[in-house]
Amino acid sequence: MMSMVATIFAAFLMLVTAVALMRVACGPTTADRMLGLQLLGTSLTALALLLGVALDRPRLWDIALVFAVLASPTAAVFIASMRLRTRSTESDSA
Amino acid sequence: MNWAEILATSLFAAGCFFFVGGAAGLLRFPDVLTRLHALTKADNLGLGLIALGAATLADNAWGGLKVLLIWLVVMLTSATCGYLLADQAHTSDLEKPK
Repeated sequence: MMSMVATIFAAFLMLVTAVALMRVACGPTTADRMLGLQLLGTSLTALALLLGVALDRPRLWDIALVFAVLASPTAAVFIASMRLRTRSTESDSA
Repeated sequence: MNWAEILATSLFAAGCFFFVGGAAGLLRFPDVLTRLHALTKADNLGLGLIALGAATLADNAWGGLKVLLIWLVVMLTSATCGYLLADQAHTSDLEKPK
């Protein structure tokens, strides 16, 4: 019973993942794409949690932890590169 | 279904509601900052409720604690990344020629 319920909710989260990918694909700014990636990371974490319940494999929760930890450095690296880029264009125009 | 499963199901449903709300906001809101506002709902509440639901179904205390740790990690990082993204979007907005 519980595995069926968790599978249905996991299917819902797949739709959320599709929406996040849509935002990554159509932008319009790079920050928007990054927001889509953030939602992708969070919904994949929740998806791994739900699949761990659905398949009765609590080891999938370890994968959820990895997703959660890996989602943040992407945003940090992205913002660092954006800052470097704006700084270099500033020094170009100066 | 016992009580833990009923509780977990309602927590999953509430979490999915926040996820769908966050996704709809991300799709429909007009600019970066409002989209960020919608995203944080999905990040904090959606994942939090789903993690809480999974923790009620954990076999032992360590499993439940691990799931709650995932929530804690996501809350810390999403708050930090949300600030950084908003700051970046704001400053690049100011530099844009009007």
